[in-house]
Amino acid sequence: MKTLARLPLALLALALPLSLWAADTEFALVIRNHRFEPAELRVPAGQKIKLVVHNQDSTPEEFESHELNREKVIPGGAKANIYVGPLAPGRYPFFGEFNEKTARGALIAE
Amino acid sequence: MLGSAIIVFRETLEAALIIGIIAAATQALPGRNRWLAAGIAAGIAGSLVVASLTEWIAELAEGTGQELFNAGILGLAAVMLAWHNIWMARHGMQLARDARQLGKDVAEGGRAMSALAVVIALAILREGAETSLFLYGLLTGGEETFATVISGGAIGLATGAAAGYALYAGFLRIPARWFFAATSGLILLLAAAMASQMARFLVQADLLPSLASPLWDSSWLLANTSALGRFLHTLIGYEAMPSGIQVVFYAATLILILIGMRLCRLQPQIPRTA
Repeated sequence: MKTLARLPLALLALALPLSLWAADTEFALVIRNHRFEPAELRVPAGQKIKLVVHNQDSTPEEFESHELNREKVIPGGAKANIYVGPLAPGRYPFFGEFNEKTARGALIAE
Repeated sequence: MLGSAIIVFRETLEAALIIGIIAAATQALPGRNRWLAAGIAAGIAGSLVVASLTEWIAELAEGTGQELFNAGILGLAAVMLAWHNIWMARHGMQLARDARQLGKDVAEGGRAMSALAVVIALAILREGAETSLFLYGLLTGGEETFATVISGGAIGLATGAAAGYALYAGFLRIPARWFFAATSGLILLLAAAMASQMARFLVQADLLPSLASPLWDSSWLLANTSALGRFLHTLIGYEAMPSGIQVVFYAATLILILIGMRLCRLQPQIPRTA
């Protein structure tokens, strides 16, 4: 029973560092007509950021970046959160794998 | 049409290479083809279910459902591969030696194959769900006709499957005395690769720290976008720009499986009298 009572405390202790490193700056990206808007997004280097990608098309898209080491399918009309970084200063291209010709963009970390 | 062929090829390739390795590693096991077919069929059925549930999965766990789902699948596949390798370390030699005890072999072979059939099903499930979402998007997007999308997809699928078969055929040419070491070595690396990808999804969902992003950048030497980079990414988990935690997961998986294989290996024993 004693251990059971301590469980919430233990969970809280676990969640605390999680929530600490989850306090991040948010940046919004929109997918419209198979293009990213804005195509270039300036973000701070050296800290973790949260990208909120809103796919306003009716078809699904896959956000992918080899430089950021990220991939995520975003259903039509849906929003997706993608955590990246902390990044070294530089340019990090990303693309929509399902519409690679038009859906291209980059994060500029500075 | 070319667009759909290329993407279907890419998605198919990963699953096909995994099936190629597993088919080669299990060529001596009785009942193999049945298990392979069952894994493939289950994977295709599962991928259609997952594709239709994409939006629901994506919204789970405050928008990180997809990452958790992928991480779970990769983790399960890695465990199955680990189990197979440890099991083979214990029974593989015996299995090859006691070819006479057919009844026992079929049962034991089935146990070994069932884990790998699950791996095949999971690989197809992941790649297949993405492929069907992509094709669905093309069809509803209205820019391409049904015929071009489907024929492009069929070309991509056939090319990907051919690559998997080529890998399989190449493996069968390995001389018998190295064959066991080669296949179990590759399955070991495949399990580590899956663990590293699992870590990547958990970082993306903000559940693990990246430790360093990236830990190194070898894209000048071999980029993930190149054909060889893709091939090695699937087979041995090559990453041009891995995060620190991925390397930790990769190494830990390798070491744990190797320890498991060593601990479970049977000591050479006096042949039993039946």
